[in-house]
Amino acid sequence: MIQVEHLTKRYGNTLAINDVTFDVKKGEILGFLGPNGAGKTTTMRILSGFIPATDGKARVSGYDVFEQPLEVKRRIGYLPENPPLYQELSVDSFLTFVAQIRGVKSEQISDRLEAVKEQCGLEDMGSRLIKYLSKGYRQRVALAQALIHDPDVLILDEPTVGLDPKQIIEVRELIKRLAGEHTIILSSHILPEVSMTCQRVVIINNGRVVATDTPENLKTTLAGSNQVQIEFRGDMDGVRRALASLGHLKSVRPESTSANAAVLRVEVEPGFDERADMARAVVQSGADLLELKTTGPSLEDIFLKLTTEESGIEA
Amino acid sequence: MRNIFALWKKELSLFFVSPIAYVVLTIFLLLTGFFFRSIVVRVVEFSIQEMIQAQQFGGPPPARDYAQDVLRAFFGVLSTMILFLMPMLTMGVFADEKRRGTIELLLTSPVTHWQIILGKFLASVTFYMVMLLPTGVYALFAYRYSEPKFMWRPVLSGYLGILLLGTVLISIGIFISSLTENQIIAAVTTFAVFIILWVIDFAAQGTGVISEAMQYLSVLNHYDDFAKGVIDTKSLVFYGSLILLGLFLTSTSVESLRWRE
Repeated sequence: MIQVEHLTKRYGNTLAINDVTFDVKKGEILGFLGPNGAGKTTTMRILSGFIPATDGKARVSGYDVFEQPLEVKRRIGYLPENPPLYQELSVDSFLTFVAQIRGVKSEQISDRLEAVKEQCGLEDMGSRLIKYLSKGYRQRVALAQALIHDPDVLILDEPTVGLDPKQIIEVRELIKRLAGEHTIILSSHILPEVSMTCQRVVIINNGRVVATDTPENLKTTLAGSNQVQIEFRGDMDGVRRALASLGHLKSVRPESTSANAAVLRVEVEPGFDERADMARAVVQSGADLLELKTTGPSLEDIFLKLTTEESGIEA
Repeated sequence: MRNIFALWKKELSLFFVSPIAYVVLTIFLLLTGFFFRSIVVRVVEFSIQEMIQAQQFGGPPPARDYAQDVLRAFFGVLSTMILFLMPMLTMGVFADEKRRGTIELLLTSPVTHWQIILGKFLASVTFYMVMLLPTGVYALFAYRYSEPKFMWRPVLSGYLGILLLGTVLISIGIFISSLTENQIIAAVTTFAVFIILWVIDFAAQGTGVISEAMQYLSVLNHYDDFAKGVIDTKSLVFYGSLILLGLFLTSTSVESLRWRE
Protein backbone atom coordinates (compact mmCIF):
# COMPACT_ATOMS: atom_id res chain seq x y z
CA MET A 1 0.00 0.00 0.00
CA ILE A 2 2.81 2.38 0.92
CA GLN A 3 6.34 1.98 -0.39
CA VAL A 4 9.09 4.29 0.75
CA GLU A 5 12.46 3.89 -0.89
CA HIS A 6 15.69 5.65 0.04
CA LEU A 7 13.88 8.79 1.13
CA THR A 8 16.22 11.63 2.05
CA LYS A 9 15.43 15.16 3.16
CA ARG A 10 18.12 17.76 3.55
CA TYR A 11 17.74 21.18 5.18
CA GLY A 12 20.84 23.14 4.29
CA ASN A 13 23.61 20.96 5.63
CA THR A 14 21.52 18.91 8.04
CA LEU A 15 19.95 15.65 7.02
CA ALA A 16 16.50 15.43 8.55
CA ILE A 17 16.03 11.92 7.22
CA ASN A 18 18.62 9.81 5.51
CA ASP A 19 17.90 6.86 3.21
CA VAL A 20 14.64 5.83 4.87
CA THR A 21 13.14 2.68 3.38
CA PHE A 22 10.08 0.75 4.55
CA ASP A 23 6.75 -0.46 3.30
CA VAL A 24 3.29 -0.90 4.74
CA LYS A 25 0.85 -3.58 3.68
CA LYS A 26 -2.85 -3.03 3.20
CA GLY A 27 -4.80 -2.95 6.46
CA GLU A 28 -1.69 -2.87 8.60
CA ILE A 29 -0.89 -0.49 11.45
CA LEU A 30 2.71 0.55 11.26
CA GLY A 31 4.30 2.23 14.23
CA PHE A 32 6.87 4.89 13.62
CA LEU A 33 8.95 5.07 16.72
CA GLY A 34 11.76 7.40 17.59
CA PRO A 35 12.83 10.11 19.97
CA ASN A 36 11.86 13.72 19.31
CA GLY A 37 13.71 15.13 16.33
CA ALA A 38 14.38 11.72 14.81
CA GLY A 39 12.66 12.57 11.52
CA LYS A 40 9.20 11.10 12.09
CA THR A 41 7.30 14.27 11.25
CA THR A 42 9.50 14.97 8.24
CA THR A 43 8.81 11.51 6.82
CA MET A 44 5.08 11.89 7.38
CA ARG A 45 5.01 15.35 5.83
CA ILE A 46 6.73 14.00 2.74
CA LEU A 47 4.26 11.11 2.50
CA SER A 48 1.30 13.46 2.84
CA GLY A 49 2.68 15.69 0.09
CA PHE A 50 3.17 18.72 2.32
CA ILE A 51 6.91 18.95 1.64
CA PRO A 52 8.99 17.44 -1.16
CA ALA A 53 11.87 15.06 -0.50
CA THR A 54 15.43 15.82 -1.54
CA ASP A 55 15.91 12.32 -2.84
CA GLY A 56 14.19 8.96 -2.98
CA LYS A 57 10.77 7.65 -3.89
CA ALA A 58 7.48 7.27 -2.09
CA ARG A 59 4.35 5.60 -3.43
CA VAL A 60 0.88 5.44 -1.93
CA SER A 61 -1.67 3.03 -3.47
CA GLY A 62 0.59 2.82 -6.50
CA TYR A 63 0.73 6.59 -7.05
CA ASP A 64 3.99 8.48 -6.81
CA VAL A 65 3.84 11.15 -4.11
CA PHE A 66 5.91 13.58 -6.18
CA GLU A 67 4.50 12.94 -9.62
CA GLN A 68 0.79 12.46 -8.86
CA PRO A 69 0.34 14.45 -5.65
CA LEU A 70 -3.40 15.05 -6.11
CA GLU A 71 -4.13 11.33 -6.58
CA VAL A 72 -2.13 10.58 -3.44
CA LYS A 73 -3.76 13.35 -1.41
CA ARG A 74 -7.21 12.02 -2.35
CA ARG A 75 -6.29 8.68 -0.74
CA ILE A 76 -4.60 9.99 2.39
CA GLY A 77 -6.05 11.21 5.64
CA TYR A 78 -3.39 13.18 7.47
CA LEU A 79 -3.42 14.23 11.09
CA PRO A 80 -0.53 16.64 11.69
CA GLU A 81 1.11 16.93 15.07
CA ASN A 82 -0.71 20.18 15.83
CA PRO A 83 -4.37 19.62 15.03
CA PRO A 84 -5.17 21.95 12.10
CA LEU A 85 -8.46 23.45 13.17
CA TYR A 86 -10.34 26.65 12.46
CA GLN A 87 -11.24 27.64 16.02
CA GLU A 88 -14.08 29.94 15.00
CA LEU A 89 -15.98 27.34 13.00
CA SER A 90 -18.42 24.82 14.41
CA VAL A 91 -17.52 21.14 14.24
CA ASP A 92 -20.09 20.54 11.50
CA SER A 93 -19.09 23.43 9.29
CA PHE A 94 -15.41 22.60 9.69
CA LEU A 95 -15.94 18.95 8.75
CA THR A 96 -18.20 19.94 5.85
CA PHE A 97 -15.50 22.25 4.51
CA VAL A 98 -12.85 19.54 4.77
CA ALA A 99 -15.19 17.04 3.08
CA GLN A 100 -15.67 19.45 0.19
CA ILE A 101 -11.99 20.09 -0.44
CA ARG A 102 -11.23 16.36 -0.12
CA GLY A 103 -13.66 15.68 -2.93
CA VAL A 104 -16.56 14.01 -1.10
CA LYS A 105 -19.64 14.20 -3.35
CA SER A 106 -22.19 16.77 -2.15
CA GLU A 107 -24.95 14.21 -1.68
CA GLN A 108 -22.67 12.03 0.48
CA ILE A 109 -21.35 14.77 2.73
CA SER A 110 -24.06 14.56 5.40
CA ASP A 111 -23.74 10.75 5.56
CA ARG A 112 -19.97 10.96 5.93
CA LEU A 113 -20.37 13.67 8.55
CA GLU A 114 -22.63 11.46 10.66
CA ALA A 115 -20.35 8.46 10.16
CA VAL A 116 -17.13 10.14 11.30
CA LYS A 117 -18.86 11.90 14.18
CA GLU A 118 -20.07 8.53 15.40
CA GLN A 119 -16.64 6.94 14.90
CA CYS A 120 -14.92 9.69 16.85
CA GLY A 121 -17.57 10.16 19.55
CA LEU A 122 -18.59 13.63 18.44
CA GLU A 123 -22.32 13.01 18.01
CA ASP A 124 -23.47 15.81 20.31
CA MET A 125 -20.75 18.27 19.37
CA GLY A 126 -21.82 19.18 15.84
CA SER A 127 -22.96 22.71 16.51
CA ARG A 128 -20.27 23.56 19.06
CA LEU A 129 -17.55 25.99 18.08
CA ILE A 130 -14.18 24.27 18.01
CA LYS A 131 -12.61 26.88 20.29
CA TYR A 132 -14.96 25.88 23.12
CA LEU A 133 -13.99 22.19 22.94
CA SER A 134 -11.56 20.52 25.33
CA LYS A 135 -8.20 19.35 24.05
CA GLY A 136 -9.37 15.76 23.87
CA TYR A 137 -12.39 16.68 21.76
CA ARG A 138 -10.28 18.87 19.49
CA GLN A 139 -8.04 15.89 18.86
CA ARG A 140 -11.13 13.88 17.95
CA VAL A 141 -12.23 16.58 15.53
CA ALA A 142 -8.75 16.51 13.99
CA LEU A 143 -9.02 12.73 13.64
CA ALA A 144 -12.53 13.06 12.16
CA GLN A 145 -11.06 15.52 9.65
CA ALA A 146 -8.54 12.89 8.55
CA LEU A 147 -11.31 10.27 8.17
CA ILE A 148 -13.99 12.34 6.47
CA HIS A 149 -13.23 11.24 2.89
CA ASP A 150 -12.81 7.59 3.92
CA PRO A 151 -9.17 7.43 2.82
CA ASP A 152 -7.28 4.20 2.16
CA VAL A 153 -4.33 5.45 4.16
CA LEU A 154 -4.23 7.26 7.48
CA ILE A 155 -1.11 9.10 8.56
CA LEU A 156 -1.28 10.06 12.21
CA ASP A 157 1.50 12.15 13.68
CA GLU A 158 1.60 11.71 17.46
CA PRO A 159 -2.17 11.29 17.76
CA THR A 160 -2.22 10.99 21.55
CA VAL A 161 0.20 13.71 22.51
CA GLY A 162 -1.16 16.08 25.14
CA LEU A 163 -4.20 13.99 26.03
CA ASP A 164 -5.12 12.71 29.46
CA PRO A 165 -4.79 8.94 30.15
CA LYS A 166 -8.48 8.23 29.60
CA GLN A 167 -8.49 10.08 26.30
CA ILE A 168 -5.30 8.32 25.24
CA ILE A 169 -6.93 4.94 25.76
CA GLU A 170 -9.98 6.04 23.80
CA VAL A 171 -7.94 7.30 20.87
CA ARG A 172 -5.89 4.09 20.80
CA GLU A 173 -9.05 1.98 20.80
CA LEU A 174 -10.39 4.09 17.96
CA ILE A 175 -7.19 3.64 15.94
CA LYS A 176 -7.27 -0.13 16.46
CA ARG A 177 -10.85 -0.24 15.25
CA LEU A 178 -9.88 1.67 12.11
CA ALA A 179 -7.23 -0.87 11.12
CA GLY A 180 -8.21 -3.42 8.51
CA GLU A 181 -10.32 -0.99 6.56
CA HIS A 182 -7.56 1.58 6.53
CA THR A 183 -3.82 1.28 6.32
CA ILE A 184 -2.35 3.29 9.15
CA ILE A 185 1.01 4.85 9.89
CA LEU A 186 1.23 6.13 13.42
CA SER A 187 4.16 7.96 14.91
CA SER A 188 5.00 8.11 18.55
CA HIS A 189 7.82 8.53 20.94
CA ILE A 190 5.95 6.50 23.53
CA LEU A 191 6.86 2.83 23.41
CA PRO A 192 3.84 1.19 25.04
CA GLU A 193 1.61 3.02 22.63
CA VAL A 194 3.33 1.51 19.62
CA SER A 195 3.64 -1.99 21.04
CA MET A 196 -0.04 -1.89 22.03
CA THR A 197 -1.52 -0.65 18.78
CA CYS A 198 0.87 -1.59 15.99
CA GLN A 199 1.53 -4.81 14.14
CA ARG A 200 4.88 -3.62 12.90
CA VAL A 201 7.35 -1.07 14.16
CA VAL A 202 9.88 1.06 12.34
CA ILE A 203 12.39 2.51 14.75
CA ILE A 204 13.97 5.68 13.51
CA ASN A 205 16.79 7.65 15.06
CA ASN A 206 18.82 10.56 13.73
CA GLY A 207 16.98 10.30 10.45
CA ARG A 208 17.87 6.64 9.88
CA VAL A 209 15.79 3.50 10.16
CA VAL A 210 17.50 1.38 12.78
CA ALA A 211 15.05 -1.53 12.92
CA THR A 212 11.84 -2.78 11.29
CA ASP A 213 9.91 -5.71 12.73
CA THR A 214 6.92 -6.81 14.76
CA PRO A 215 7.05 -5.72 18.39
CA GLU A 216 7.44 -9.41 19.43
CA ASN A 217 10.22 -10.17 16.95
CA LEU A 218 12.04 -7.03 17.90
CA LYS A 219 12.09 -8.26 21.43
CA THR A 220 13.65 -11.60 20.51
CA THR A 221 15.93 -10.84 17.60
CA LEU A 222 17.31 -7.55 18.79
CA ALA A 223 17.87 -8.56 22.37
CA GLY A 224 20.52 -11.04 21.20
CA SER A 225 19.03 -13.78 23.39
CA ASN A 226 16.10 -14.51 25.67
CA GLN A 227 16.41 -15.01 29.32
CA VAL A 228 14.61 -17.51 31.49
CA GLN A 229 14.32 -17.24 35.22
CA ILE A 230 14.02 -20.49 37.18
CA GLU A 231 13.02 -20.59 40.83
CA PHE A 232 13.42 -23.92 42.63
CA ARG A 233 13.94 -25.54 45.99
CA GLY A 234 16.83 -28.01 46.18
CA ASP A 235 20.50 -28.53 45.40
CA MET A 236 21.96 -25.67 43.40
CA ASP A 237 24.92 -27.60 41.98
CA GLY A 238 22.72 -30.57 41.02
CA VAL A 239 20.38 -28.29 39.06
CA ARG A 240 23.26 -26.49 37.35
CA ARG A 241 24.76 -29.81 36.26
CA ALA A 242 21.41 -30.96 34.91
CA LEU A 243 21.00 -27.72 32.93
CA ALA A 244 24.55 -27.87 31.60
CA SER A 245 23.68 -31.07 29.74
CA LEU A 246 21.08 -29.20 27.66
CA GLY A 247 21.95 -27.51 24.36
CA HIS A 248 21.31 -23.93 23.17
CA LEU A 249 22.02 -22.33 26.53
CA LYS A 250 24.46 -19.44 26.53
CA SER A 251 24.94 -18.98 30.23
CA VAL A 252 23.56 -20.05 33.59
CA ARG A 253 24.14 -17.92 36.62
CA PRO A 254 22.67 -17.91 40.07
CA GLU A 255 20.59 -14.88 40.85
CA SER A 256 19.82 -15.45 44.52
CA THR A 257 19.77 -18.26 47.04
CA SER A 258 17.95 -18.50 50.33
CA ALA A 259 16.98 -21.28 52.74
CA ASN A 260 13.88 -22.41 50.90
CA ALA A 261 14.34 -21.17 47.30
CA ALA A 262 17.03 -20.38 44.74
CA VAL A 263 16.80 -18.45 41.52
CA LEU A 264 18.83 -19.09 38.39
CA ARG A 265 18.97 -16.86 35.35
CA VAL A 266 19.50 -18.75 32.11
CA GLU A 267 20.32 -17.09 28.83
CA VAL A 268 19.00 -19.03 25.83
CA GLU A 269 20.30 -18.64 22.27
CA PRO A 270 17.92 -16.59 20.13
CA GLY A 271 15.22 -18.47 18.29
CA PHE A 272 15.10 -21.48 20.64
CA ASP A 273 12.51 -22.35 23.21
CA GLU A 274 14.12 -24.59 25.82
CA ARG A 275 11.59 -24.11 28.60
CA ALA A 276 10.12 -27.65 28.52
CA ASP A 277 13.54 -29.31 28.57
CA MET A 278 14.71 -27.06 31.36
CA ALA A 279 11.69 -27.86 33.50
CA ARG A 280 12.23 -31.56 32.99
CA ALA A 281 15.95 -31.26 33.81
CA VAL A 282 15.27 -29.40 37.05
CA VAL A 283 12.68 -31.92 38.19
CA GLN A 284 14.82 -34.91 37.19
CA SER A 285 17.75 -33.53 39.19
CA GLY A 286 15.56 -33.97 42.27
CA ALA A 287 14.77 -30.32 42.97
CA ASP A 288 11.27 -28.83 43.29
CA LEU A 289 10.45 -26.47 40.45
CA LEU A 290 8.60 -23.43 41.83
CA GLU A 291 8.53 -21.09 38.87
CA LEU A 292 9.88 -20.86 35.34
CA LYS A 293 9.32 -17.76 33.23
CA THR A 294 10.81 -15.88 30.30
CA THR A 295 12.02 -12.41 31.11
CA GLY A 296 12.68 -10.92 27.68
CA PRO A 297 13.86 -7.35 27.60
CA SER A 298 11.00 -4.93 27.09
CA LEU A 299 10.68 -2.90 23.93
CA GLU A 300 11.77 0.01 26.07
CA ASP A 301 15.16 -1.63 26.60
CA ILE A 302 15.51 -2.30 22.90
CA PHE A 303 14.56 1.20 22.05
CA LEU A 304 16.99 2.69 24.49
CA LYS A 305 19.69 0.28 23.38
CA LEU A 306 19.11 0.97 19.70
CA THR A 307 19.04 4.67 20.00
CA THR A 308 22.01 4.96 22.33
CA GLU A 309 24.07 2.53 20.24
CA GLU A 310 23.22 4.47 17.14
CA SER A 311 24.25 7.80 18.59
CA GLY A 312 27.39 6.08 19.90
CA ILE A 313 28.36 5.30 16.31
CA GLU A 314 27.61 8.83 15.21
CA ALA A 315 29.83 10.28 17.92
CA MET B 1 -14.44 25.16 -9.42
CA ARG B 2 -16.13 23.30 -6.58
CA ASN B 3 -12.95 23.48 -4.53
CA ILE B 4 -12.61 27.21 -5.11
CA PHE B 5 -16.20 27.66 -4.02
CA ALA B 6 -15.65 25.62 -0.84
CA LEU B 7 -12.52 27.61 0.01
CA TRP B 8 -14.30 30.88 -0.79
CA LYS B 9 -17.18 29.99 1.49
CA LYS B 10 -14.91 28.96 4.37
CA GLU B 11 -12.85 32.11 4.01
CA LEU B 12 -15.95 34.33 4.03
CA SER B 13 -17.43 32.62 7.06
CA LEU B 14 -14.11 33.14 8.86
CA PHE B 15 -14.22 36.81 7.84
CA PHE B 16 -17.66 37.25 9.31
CA VAL B 17 -16.85 35.60 12.63
CA SER B 18 -13.68 37.61 13.15
CA PRO B 19 -13.87 40.87 15.09
CA ILE B 20 -11.41 42.53 12.69
CA ALA B 21 -13.93 42.39 9.87
CA TYR B 22 -16.54 44.20 11.93
CA VAL B 23 -14.02 46.76 13.16
CA VAL B 24 -12.99 47.47 9.56
CA LEU B 25 -16.61 47.67 8.40
CA THR B 26 -17.63 49.99 11.22
CA ILE B 27 -14.66 52.33 10.86
CA PHE B 28 -15.16 52.40 7.11
CA LEU B 29 -18.85 53.27 7.28
CA LEU B 30 -18.42 55.81 10.08
CA LEU B 31 -15.64 57.63 8.26
CA THR B 32 -17.30 57.54 4.84
CA GLY B 33 -20.49 58.87 6.43
CA PHE B 34 -18.61 61.64 8.17
CA PHE B 35 -16.69 62.64 5.04
CA PHE B 36 -19.75 62.47 2.82
CA ARG B 37 -21.53 64.87 5.15
CA SER B 38 -18.62 67.33 5.33
CA ILE B 39 -18.16 67.23 1.55
CA VAL B 40 -21.86 67.98 1.02
CA VAL B 41 -21.74 70.85 3.52
CA ARG B 42 -18.67 72.30 1.86
CA VAL B 43 -20.02 72.04 -1.69
CA VAL B 44 -23.34 73.58 -0.61
CA GLU B 45 -21.56 76.52 1.06
CA PHE B 46 -19.42 76.95 -2.01
CA SER B 47 -22.41 76.91 -4.36
CA ILE B 48 -24.27 79.49 -2.26
CA GLN B 49 -21.18 81.70 -2.35
CA GLU B 50 -20.99 81.37 -6.11
CA MET B 51 -24.67 82.23 -6.48
CA ILE B 52 -24.35 85.32 -4.29
CA GLN B 53 -21.33 86.43 -6.30
CA ALA B 54 -23.23 85.89 -9.54
CA GLN B 55 -26.16 87.99 -8.25
CA GLN B 56 -23.86 90.76 -7.03
CA PHE B 57 -22.10 91.02 -10.36
CA GLY B 58 -25.32 90.48 -12.29
CA GLY B 59 -24.09 87.51 -14.30
CA PRO B 60 -25.92 84.19 -14.85
CA PRO B 61 -25.52 81.57 -12.12
CA PRO B 62 -22.52 79.32 -12.84
CA ALA B 63 -23.30 76.11 -14.75
CA ARG B 64 -21.80 73.62 -12.39
CA ASP B 65 -22.79 70.05 -11.58
CA TYR B 66 -22.57 70.22 -7.82
CA ALA B 67 -23.79 66.66 -7.26
CA GLN B 68 -20.96 65.48 -9.48
CA ASP B 69 -18.48 67.55 -7.42
CA VAL B 70 -19.69 65.85 -4.28
CA LEU B 71 -19.33 62.39 -5.73
CA ARG B 72 -15.90 63.01 -7.21
CA ALA B 73 -14.59 64.28 -3.90
CA PHE B 74 -16.23 61.34 -2.21
CA PHE B 75 -14.46 58.82 -4.46
CA GLY B 76 -11.19 60.54 -3.57
CA VAL B 77 -11.94 59.98 0.11
CA LEU B 78 -12.83 56.33 -0.52
CA SER B 79 -9.48 55.65 -2.17
CA THR B 80 -7.58 57.10 0.81
CA MET B 81 -9.71 55.15 3.22
CA ILE B 82 -9.06 51.77 1.65
CA LEU B 83 -5.35 52.53 1.76
CA PHE B 84 -5.61 52.45 5.54
CA LEU B 85 -8.16 49.69 5.94
CA MET B 86 -7.15 47.15 3.33
CA PRO B 87 -4.00 45.97 5.15
CA MET B 88 -6.22 44.97 8.07
CA LEU B 89 -8.39 42.92 5.77
CA THR B 90 -5.61 41.03 4.01
CA MET B 91 -3.05 40.65 6.80
CA GLY B 92 -4.44 37.36 8.04
CA VAL B 93 -5.30 35.71 4.74
CA PHE B 94 -2.23 33.45 4.66
CA ALA B 95 -0.37 34.54 7.81
CA ASP B 96 -3.16 33.29 10.05
CA GLU B 97 -3.38 30.04 8.14
CA LYS B 98 0.33 29.50 8.79
CA ARG B 99 0.07 30.44 12.45
CA ARG B 100 -2.78 28.01 13.09
CA GLY B 101 -1.07 25.25 11.13
CA THR B 102 -4.14 24.90 8.93
CA ILE B 103 -1.97 25.61 5.89
CA GLU B 104 -0.84 22.00 6.39
CA LEU B 105 -4.46 20.92 6.10
CA LEU B 106 -4.95 22.86 2.88
CA LEU B 107 -1.70 21.78 1.26
CA THR B 108 -2.27 18.09 2.05
CA SER B 109 -5.77 18.16 0.59
CA PRO B 110 -6.34 17.38 -3.07
CA VAL B 111 -6.57 21.02 -4.12
CA THR B 112 -4.07 23.00 -6.17
CA HIS B 113 -2.28 26.17 -5.04
CA TRP B 114 -4.25 28.18 -7.51
CA GLN B 115 -7.54 26.95 -6.10
CA ILE B 116 -6.44 27.93 -2.60
CA ILE B 117 -5.23 31.35 -3.73
CA LEU B 118 -8.27 32.11 -5.89
CA GLY B 119 -10.67 30.98 -3.16
CA LYS B 120 -9.02 33.33 -0.69
CA PHE B 121 -8.66 36.17 -3.19
CA LEU B 122 -12.29 36.00 -4.29
CA ALA B 123 -13.45 35.87 -0.67
CA SER B 124 -11.51 39.04 0.12
CA VAL B 125 -12.93 40.77 -2.97
CA THR B 126 -16.43 39.67 -1.95
CA PHE B 127 -15.96 41.09 1.51
CA TYR B 128 -14.66 44.30 0.01
CA MET B 129 -17.77 44.55 -2.18
CA VAL B 130 -19.95 44.04 0.87
CA MET B 131 -18.01 46.86 2.49
CA LEU B 132 -18.58 49.19 -0.47
CA LEU B 133 -22.25 48.37 -0.93
CA PRO B 134 -23.68 50.58 1.86
CA THR B 135 -21.89 53.63 0.43
CA GLY B 136 -24.26 53.36 -2.53
CA VAL B 137 -26.81 54.93 -0.20
CA TYR B 138 -24.87 58.19 -0.43
CA ALA B 139 -25.04 58.16 -4.21
CA LEU B 140 -28.79 57.51 -4.02
CA PHE B 141 -29.06 60.36 -1.53
CA ALA B 142 -27.15 62.71 -3.84
CA TYR B 143 -29.39 61.63 -6.72
CA ARG B 144 -32.60 62.17 -4.75
CA TYR B 145 -31.76 65.78 -3.78
CA SER B 146 -29.84 66.99 -6.81
CA GLU B 147 -31.54 69.26 -9.33
CA PRO B 148 -31.15 68.67 -12.25
CA LYS B 149 -30.59 64.94 -11.81
CA PHE B 150 -26.98 63.91 -12.44
CA MET B 151 -25.90 61.12 -14.74
CA TRP B 152 -25.25 57.66 -13.34
CA ARG B 153 -22.36 56.86 -15.65
CA PRO B 154 -19.59 58.60 -13.65
CA VAL B 155 -20.93 57.07 -10.45
CA LEU B 156 -20.84 53.56 -11.88
CA SER B 157 -17.42 54.03 -13.45
CA GLY B 158 -16.23 55.52 -10.14
CA TYR B 159 -17.36 52.38 -8.36
CA LEU B 160 -15.68 50.24 -11.01
CA GLY B 161 -12.50 52.25 -10.37
CA ILE B 162 -12.65 51.92 -6.59
CA LEU B 163 -13.39 48.21 -6.97
CA LEU B 164 -10.38 47.69 -9.25
CA LEU B 165 -8.10 49.80 -7.06
CA GLY B 166 -9.18 47.83 -3.99
CA THR B 167 -8.70 44.53 -5.80
CA VAL B 168 -5.15 45.53 -6.70
CA LEU B 169 -4.50 46.26 -3.03
CA ILE B 170 -6.06 42.93 -2.04
CA SER B 171 -3.85 40.95 -4.40
CA ILE B 172 -0.71 42.74 -3.15
CA GLY B 173 -1.85 42.38 0.46
CA ILE B 174 -2.48 38.64 0.08
CA PHE B 175 1.00 38.21 -1.39
CA ILE B 176 2.60 39.99 1.57
CA SER B 177 0.48 37.95 3.97
CA SER B 178 1.85 34.76 2.40
CA LEU B 179 5.42 35.79 3.28
CA THR B 180 5.04 35.71 7.06
CA GLU B 181 3.10 34.01 9.80
CA ASN B 182 2.83 37.20 11.82
CA GLN B 183 -0.29 39.24 11.03
CA ILE B 184 1.14 42.46 12.44
CA ILE B 185 4.25 42.23 10.26
CA ALA B 186 2.01 41.51 7.30
CA ALA B 187 -0.19 44.54 8.04
CA VAL B 188 2.71 46.95 8.57
CA THR B 189 4.56 45.79 5.45
CA THR B 190 1.39 45.98 3.37
CA PHE B 191 0.72 49.47 4.61
CA ALA B 192 4.28 50.55 3.79
CA VAL B 193 3.96 49.19 0.26
CA PHE B 194 0.64 50.98 -0.22
CA ILE B 195 2.17 54.25 0.96
CA ILE B 196 4.89 53.84 -1.67
CA LEU B 197 2.19 53.32 -4.30
CA TRP B 198 0.56 56.58 -3.17
CA VAL B 199 3.89 58.42 -3.10
CA ILE B 200 4.49 57.48 -6.72
CA ASP B 201 1.51 59.71 -7.45
CA PHE B 202 3.35 62.75 -6.03
CA ALA B 203 6.44 61.87 -8.07
CA ALA B 204 4.18 61.88 -11.11
CA GLN B 205 3.53 65.63 -10.84
CA GLY B 206 5.36 67.75 -13.36
CA THR B 207 6.73 67.01 -16.79
CA GLY B 208 9.57 64.98 -18.24
CA VAL B 209 10.13 61.31 -19.01
CA ILE B 210 10.30 60.21 -15.37
CA SER B 211 7.09 61.88 -14.31
CA GLU B 212 5.37 60.51 -17.36
CA ALA B 213 6.52 57.01 -16.47
CA MET B 214 5.43 57.64 -12.89
CA GLN B 215 2.10 58.86 -14.13
CA TYR B 216 1.56 55.57 -15.86
CA LEU B 217 2.70 53.62 -12.78
CA SER B 218 0.59 55.60 -10.34
CA VAL B 219 -2.40 53.62 -9.18
CA LEU B 220 -4.22 56.82 -8.27
CA ASN B 221 -3.70 58.51 -11.62
CA HIS B 222 -5.61 55.73 -13.34
CA TYR B 223 -8.23 55.89 -10.65
CA ASP B 224 -8.93 59.58 -11.35
CA ASP B 225 -10.06 58.70 -14.87
CA PHE B 226 -12.67 56.33 -13.50
CA ALA B 227 -13.93 58.93 -11.04
CA LYS B 228 -14.38 61.33 -13.97
CA GLY B 229 -16.48 58.80 -15.81
CA VAL B 230 -13.79 57.71 -18.26
CA ILE B 231 -13.24 53.97 -18.63
CA ASP B 232 -9.87 53.76 -20.36
CA THR B 233 -8.68 50.39 -21.68
CA LYS B 234 -5.18 51.40 -20.67
CA SER B 235 -6.29 51.69 -17.04
CA LEU B 236 -8.18 48.40 -17.17
CA VAL B 237 -5.05 46.66 -18.50
CA PHE B 238 -2.92 48.40 -15.86
CA TYR B 239 -5.09 47.29 -12.95
CA GLY B 240 -5.61 43.86 -14.45
CA SER B 241 -1.89 43.26 -14.78
CA LEU B 242 -1.19 44.45 -11.23
CA ILE B 243 -3.83 42.05 -9.89
CA LEU B 244 -2.33 39.17 -11.88
CA LEU B 245 1.17 40.10 -10.73
CA GLY B 246 0.07 39.94 -7.09
CA LEU B 247 -1.58 36.56 -7.64
CA PHE B 248 1.46 35.12 -9.42
CA LEU B 249 3.78 36.31 -6.69
CA THR B 250 1.47 34.69 -4.13
CA SER B 251 1.53 31.45 -6.07
CA THR B 252 5.34 31.47 -6.10
CA SER B 253 5.42 32.25 -2.40
CA VAL B 254 3.00 29.43 -1.53
CA GLU B 255 4.98 27.01 -3.68
CA SER B 256 8.25 28.01 -1.99
CA LEU B 257 6.59 27.56 1.40
CA ARG B 258 6.67 23.80 0.83
CA TRP B 259 10.39 23.92 0.17
CA ARG B 260 11.17 26.06 3.16
CA GLU B 261 9.10 24.18 5.74
